[in-house]
Amino acid sequence: MTTLLTVENVTKRFGGLSALEAVSLTVNAGEVYGLIGPNGAGKTTLFNCMTGLYTVSAGVIRLDGVPIHNRKPHQIVGRGFARTFQNIRLFANMTALENVMVGRHARTRTGVLGAVLHSRRCLAEERDSRQRAKSLMAFVGLKDRSRSLAGHLSYGDQRRLEIARALATEPRLLALDEPVAGMNPNERREMSELFRKLRDAGITLLLIEHDVKLVMGVCDRVAVLDYGKKIAEGVPDEVRRNPAVIEAYLGGAVS
Amino acid sequence: MRSVPDWLRRHPGLAFGLLAVLLAVLPFIVSIGLGRGWVRVLDFALLYAILALGLNIVVGYAGLLDLGYIAFYALGAYLFAWLSSPQFGLHLPFWLVLPSGALLAGGFGVLLGAPTLRLRGDYLAIVTLGFGEIVRIFMNNLDAPVNITNGPQGINLIDPISIGGFSLGARHTILGVHVFPPTFYYYLFLFFTLFTILVAMRLQDSRIGRAWAAIREDEVAAAAMGIDTRNIKLLAFAMGASFGGLAGGLFAAFQGFISPESFNLMESVMILCMIVLGGMGNIPGVILGAVLLTVLPEALRYLGAWQRAALGHVVVDPNDLRMLLFGLAMVAMMLYRPAGLLPSRQRRREFRAEDGAAEQEAASLYDAKA
Amino acid sequence: MDIFVQQLINGLVLGSIYALVALGYTMVYGILELINFAHGEVTMVGAMSALAVIGALLGAYPQAPALLVLPAGVLAAIMVCMALGYVIERVAYRPLRRAPRLAPLITAIGVSIVLQNAAMLIWGRSYISFPAILPHGSHPILGAVITDLQIVIVTLSVLIMLGLTLLVERTRLGRAMRATAQSREVAELMGVNVNTVISATFIIGSALAAIAGVMVSAYYGLGHYYMGFMLGLKAFSAAVLGGIGNLAGAMLGGLLLGVIEALGAGYIGDLTGGFLGSNYQDVFAFMVLILVLVFRPSGLLGERVAQRA
Repeated sequence: MTTLLTVENVTKRFGGLSALEAVSLTVNAGEVYGLIGPNGAGKTTLFNCMTGLYTVSAGVIRLDGVPIHNRKPHQIVGRGFARTFQNIRLFANMTALENVMVGRHARTRTGVLGAVLHSRRCLAEERDSRQRAKSLMAFVGLKDRSRSLAGHLSYGDQRRLEIARALATEPRLLALDEPVAGMNPNERREMSELFRKLRDAGITLLLIEHDVKLVMGVCDRVAVLDYGKKIAEGVPDEVRRNPAVIEAYLGGAVS
Repeated sequence: MRSVPDWLRRHPGLAFGLLAVLLAVLPFIVSIGLGRGWVRVLDFALLYAILALGLNIVVGYAGLLDLGYIAFYALGAYLFAWLSSPQFGLHLPFWLVLPSGALLAGGFGVLLGAPTLRLRGDYLAIVTLGFGEIVRIFMNNLDAPVNITNGPQGINLIDPISIGGFSLGARHTILGVHVFPPTFYYYLFLFFTLFTILVAMRLQDSRIGRAWAAIREDEVAAAAMGIDTRNIKLLAFAMGASFGGLAGGLFAAFQGFISPESFNLMESVMILCMIVLGGMGNIPGVILGAVLLTVLPEALRYLGAWQRAALGHVVVDPNDLRMLLFGLAMVAMMLYRPAGLLPSRQRRREFRAEDGAAEQEAASLYDAKA
Repeated sequence: MDIFVQQLINGLVLGSIYALVALGYTMVYGILELINFAHGEVTMVGAMSALAVIGALLGAYPQAPALLVLPAGVLAAIMVCMALGYVIERVAYRPLRRAPRLAPLITAIGVSIVLQNAAMLIWGRSYISFPAILPHGSHPILGAVITDLQIVIVTLSVLIMLGLTLLVERTRLGRAMRATAQSREVAELMGVNVNTVISATFIIGSALAAIAGVMVSAYYGLGHYYMGFMLGLKAFSAAVLGGIGNLAGAMLGGLLLGVIEALGAGYIGDLTGGFLGSNYQDVFAFMVLILVLVFRPSGLLGERVAQRA
């Protein structure tokens, strides 16, 4: 098993407040890794540090051994690490297909001249982008929604579209921030299916989730954050029995 | 464009042919119907269309408010004047000078944009405005101790464009008909307008255009999708600036004379108005805006004549009234038809989905580490 | 005569006027995150209406004492500008509060054009000179000269700034303003009438602009329909220099910009070996603006822009 992502002693401070304190974890290639914890535990902050939206205050993040914590978001995407957002950030006024095609940006090269002259490469790339975008939409289960506006899709479909858009960047590692939040049990089941399909396609998944049951069901390994610190890491069964985790989740009411 | 009749919609080839014929004979129709002076107005409409289409790349596509756009126009015009007028005794051919002007303007666009484009949109507006003023102040004052710009007097006797010995700046008799310079320049400007339209259209439909649309909608999400937001914004800025420079060169050759006065802030604002009025991001809309705002002021001149006819004297100088009306129109447009007369599909949606947009904008600043 | 001291004095006088105008920009920005582009024109309207009233009074009563006429003019300017500020916000900004950011900026530009051209229609294209009723004594100081008018301008500016600080720090309205600047939603939930606060902000800012407008026209002895444009731009630069949204920053930025400009204009000839002259004075404000935005976008006293993603 090879290590894909390592987080070493990452600290993030906002003013005097520490949102993350010396968090370390490793994600192996090919696994589904869950990141859980109560609200405000620092999960999304960690995601933002990993994907270049935040600079870390201290610590190192490596993808395939290469430090990425002081890279810009687009450079990290270029290295094969894509993400979705907790509060869905689609380009709401573009069509679903256009959204996914934007995801092809990092994998295409056409410049101004090529675009204006309709060079052979430009046309080929454009065709290829469209083709891939369509098949990705089919993959996430949005086959006939290409022409709909992203903003007009149902909530669940928007989540799927965001995943398709992230997949268009050809990630090896895909970070999903609460991908089933607000979904009903049926939709959740379908999403778990999708996660398995993604893993089978060889994509490593990093999952932030509140729904402990779902996390335990799909994840190979899990880390628990609380107040910006990692309090546990391991296979789901281990973590579930960890007293510190029970304490964090139930506030010590049951012991 | 809902206003296109159905039968034209069904025969796009025919529509295209009709339009081509109309554009080809337009200067003759105009000069017979309205008088020769109006061909000049037509020329300016095309020149402004080029400018507006260029600025539209910056404002309409990438969503960056540039209030100093006229500075790039000025750079192109001055470069043309320096390289082909008695000012320095240089008379280089236009096919060398025009692209140089576009290049110079684009280069300045990069110089100005590189440090400022990571700022929030409204800061960018003010910085570009300041840049516009700086350029104008320099043009106004660089006549001493070394005379570079000839100061407020401006540069005179700029070479007209001449293609293979055929000067566009002189009267020619073709098939027994006297044809005047504005008509020749009309065809030249029409060519460059079509060129600009082609570039703008193709860019809009490319991965670059999609990237612009994406950063306009949500910069953070765009960055997270692998778009180098700073470079792609810089590209929009440089592209827009180049078209400004190109139009500036055309202007200098057409007028034969330039001075700093032609490049004040109000010109920048006017070009912005054309975009806003016509429909940001939409090529036909922008062209409509440019044509309307060039022709309307000329038409408003008749207001003076009407006043004299009706009241015996001019109560309000129509020139004074003109800008006032523009200002009111700008406010009214934003309040009642914010997406413009011919809005692009996406823009119309953006203005309809107002609620989301404001919040997205507020959240569009992420850790700037550049 | 000591050029350095003289330019320093001139700079401080000019700077205190910039500061007054900059306060208007910064207050509105602090609460609405909006650049009130029309603010410079409000200053111009202040100057022009004061000139009009003073001119009319002196026309009717040529012997009227300056101590009566001047305050009357200033008061009129303040009233006009306050009303104007209120109307601008109601008509051009409030309906667009939830619109994309570009929209209010464009209406703001529209409003400035309207104000400029309305002023041109009302007061004409030519310069209007300030009647000779101003104090004109002068005093030697450290090898330079300071005039009575300069003393009045600086003193008055300082008093006004102190007053504004007290208003914001000590009064109910001030507290409501600060709360609204922090978070409009929360302030609203806490029972603050946000619309009233925003109107009040525009009204207060416009009153300051009116006074600054009168000062400028008195200082240069002129009023003109185009005078607000440059003044507005410079004051905005000052606000950014100090850290936009920050009251103390606007004051500091204004003074600093005035001094930079005055010293720059005084020494640019020597610095460039005579290549550039004092006619480049106007360039300094923009240079400062661009440099600040590039190297310290939060301004001198501004906080780092919060991280949001």
